[in-house]
Amino acid sequence: MNWLLPYPLLSAALLVLWLLLNQSVSAGHVILGSVLALLAAWAMAALRPEKARIRRPGAALRLAGLVLIDILRSNLAVGRIIVRSREPGVNAGFLTIPLDLRDRQGLAVLAIIITSTPGTIWVNYDAAKGTLLLHVLDLVDETVWVRTIKDRYERRLMEIFE
Amino acid sequence: MNAAGNLPAWAALLTALCVLVGAAVALIGSLGLLRLGSFYARVHAPTLGTTLGMASVLAGSALYFSVLEARPVVHEILIAAFVTLTTPVTLMLLVRAALYRDRTEGSGEVPGGTWRRPRR
Repeated sequence: MNWLLPYPLLSAALLVLWLLLNQSVSAGHVILGSVLALLAAWAMAALRPEKARIRRPGAALRLAGLVLIDILRSNLAVGRIIVRSREPGVNAGFLTIPLDLRDRQGLAVLAIIITSTPGTIWVNYDAAKGTLLLHVLDLVDETVWVRTIKDRYERRLMEIFE
Repeated sequence: MNAAGNLPAWAALLTALCVLVGAAVALIGSLGLLRLGSFYARVHAPTLGTTLGMASVLAGSALYFSVLEARPVVHEILIAAFVTLTTPVTLMLLVRAALYRDRTEGSGEVPGGTWRRPRR
């Protein structure tokens, strides 16, 4: 089974992508999509990427919901700063957070979460020290931001990936 | 191609609302590019358009075509997935380029500004 499906999640995602693009679940498209997904997974195997292991799919879904709500809320917060504030960006600043998360896939997901949430952006990760440099638009209280990143996202990502 | 006339009023109103909200959010984001002071602060502004702005316009599109074609049209979700996955790459590249520049210039505004010229 392993030689046939080296990356089952990747193949499944590619098949779903193919069916969505063609907007059809007819037998022909399922077969064609499956063949493409298999070939792409074999090509990927030649690159030998690290295999992502999602230990808790339920926790991943909960995290996705949480992130969607957070993105909505920070959209409103950043919009308010841009429109209302007399001197927008006056509270902006850098913030260093020590991370316990070491898994590469987990870090990649954390980077996407932090960067796509308006108001925070991932600047640099120091793998040797395990520290993350962030830029925050509304940096009033550093401890609040550290607690948000560590308790809301990092803890859940460690549950999912480690 | 004037199929929009066949759309029921409730769907037309909801679609218009979604598209207008998305456009307004993207506009506020662009306004941020104008109003925010430093480069690092300005990077935050376009993310409004790539999250809520994009989601709202795509919801309008999905609703419009689903009602018009009387079947669920959801392939907009692919746009959402690819925009969400690729925007961070661009933004992080820009920010890290700026950080590298500021560190080499020894600017006091960025942390870790002690970059030393590599020995030849």
